[in-house]
Amino acid sequence: MSLTARDIAQITRLLEDSSFDELQLEIDGLKIHLRRSGAPAAAAASEPARVSPEAARTPATAASATPAPATVDDPALIPVRAPLLGTFYRAPKPGAPPFVDLGANVEPDTIVGIIEVMKLMNTVRAGARGMVREIRARDGTLVEYGETLLTIDPRVPG
Amino acid sequence: MSIGRILIANRGEIAVRIARSCRELGIETVLAVSEADRDSLPARLVTRVVCIGPAHASASYLQPEALVQAALGTGCDALHPGYGFLSERAGFARLCEQHGIVFIGPTSAQLAAAGDKLAARALAQEVGVPLAPGGDVSSQDAARELAARIGMPLLVKAAGGGGGRGMKLVERAADLDGALELAAAEAGAAFGDARLYLERFISSARHVEVQLLGDGTGNVVHLGERDCSVQRRYQKIIEETPAPGLPAGMAGRLHEAAMRFAGRLEYRGAGTVEFLVDAARDEFYFLEMNARLQVEHPVTEAVSGVDIVAAQIAIASGQGLRLARGESHREGCAIECRINAEDPARDFAPSPGLVKSVRWPQGEGMRVDTHVEAGTRVPPFYDSLLGKIVAHGTDRAHALARLRAAVAMTRVEGVATNLALHADVLADPEFAAGGVDTAYLPRLLQRRVAAAVQHG
Repeated sequence: MSLTARDIAQITRLLEDSSFDELQLEIDGLKIHLRRSGAPAAAAASEPARVSPEAARTPATAASATPAPATVDDPALIPVRAPLLGTFYRAPKPGAPPFVDLGANVEPDTIVGIIEVMKLMNTVRAGARGMVREIRARDGTLVEYGETLLTIDPRVPG
Repeated sequence: MSIGRILIANRGEIAVRIARSCRELGIETVLAVSEADRDSLPARLVTRVVCIGPAHASASYLQPEALVQAALGTGCDALHPGYGFLSERAGFARLCEQHGIVFIGPTSAQLAAAGDKLAARALAQEVGVPLAPGGDVSSQDAARELAARIGMPLLVKAAGGGGGRGMKLVERAADLDGALELAAAEAGAAFGDARLYLERFISSARHVEVQLLGDGTGNVVHLGERDCSVQRRYQKIIEETPAPGLPAGMAGRLHEAAMRFAGRLEYRGAGTVEFLVDAARDEFYFLEMNARLQVEHPVTEAVSGVDIVAAQIAIASGQGLRLARGESHREGCAIECRINAEDPARDFAPSPGLVKSVRWPQGEGMRVDTHVEAGTRVPPFYDSLLGKIVAHGTDRAHALARLRAAVAMTRVEGVATNLALHADVLADPEFAAGGVDTAYLPRLLQRRVAAAVQHG
């Protein structure tokens, strides 16, 4: 048998709705390993059951079923935090290339994403000079005030 | 529609209270918190927490867009505004309506009608609810003429909002112009609406309000009245139900008047109509309608057995009143003390800080609604309410005895509180006799100051 992206999305939902942090599944030689990101269990236990119209513009893809990238534990990294709660977008419009990607060099005023609140687009700037080391917030998802969207390594370029 | 997940757009004890009813109903909860409330007790009681902004309420709990976005982004069907903050903002309710989020409360149009004090006065008049002599102020000349008809003393009040802001007491005709100017400036700053009206000042009156539930199609039931006359600077600190020692038949007339008012609005949800009661003259006057859950709702719950938050949710999800007119059965008496973090020694200034330890009362007929436990930080950004102690008894004397015991049992270390004041009021023979007016607490406070000076 083969798994479709839809199946994987459903399996992901199973994990999201459960009280477990990790799920390993083996079907006919196909291995899936899902793990929650660092969010507290209570928070992760209720992922939205309904997708907001905003979020629907960028439909969840199978990419969401891949394990969330482990966060890099490096105190030198500078977090870029969400200046307000809203829906985070990495690109100016659906299908367009992202404002920045991993490894991109940014200046303090480089736009790294937008946060939409009630149809109002708020640009998020890097606020520091360096290289994009991690992108933590997922495209089209709700980010909280103060949540780390991405991190910047100020040592590169040195 | 059925409601599966509710965004709680509030904090403190009322967030805890709303979360409790939701849990009993099997409804998931998302709590919108400011940065200062991430580790609060309600944040641990809900299904999920989202941070909507920094500590200052103006950047978090007073941000309609952030709250509606948080509700949408977390898949909530409905939003409970609690009391205070945005709970009575018609624009906020409208934003929820526009985005398909059920606002657990009245419609935006009803909020606008109840919030405009002049419109509310006009409506009260229309349905034959008595008003204190007064009227709106179009010009200074008109105001002088109106003032002469009303007589002194009178109150200058803001049409756009309550809470004592934009309100001025005028005792001499010569002071009217100055008071109007000051009130207009205050009201303009506080409510963005400088319209004023005048009302006769009733110096010896009781504050009695009627708890209502409306289904939104004109059916309204009442859950009895509450007496909230123990106030300091328009802030209630003790409330009770039923109102003790009203003239014969007056409670029924208050209930009827409140239901006529809300019925004409086809009011939806829980609401309260406030009256000034002049017991000596056997008269009452319409004050305003509070179109939300009240802080003091637990006393009504204690005697009626109705979970008012659950009733709000039922109405919002289209289940109607579940309680026919006249069906409400009330038993005994309940009294509530609001325990605030404020320092009586510094004229009741707020006393934020870290609560080192706390002991809340426990026992038969006692209820405590609170978000405060050992280690709770009371932030300086919000109101100072730490919790509400409610005692229920078979009659007033019974409830009072239980409340005295409950307050004596309570200990809060780390922040100053008004516990000692509550103990004094509950021990005072005048309060024990029942039926004090709104001038009672200021009088008692003066006596306390005088006694302190004598002993010092």
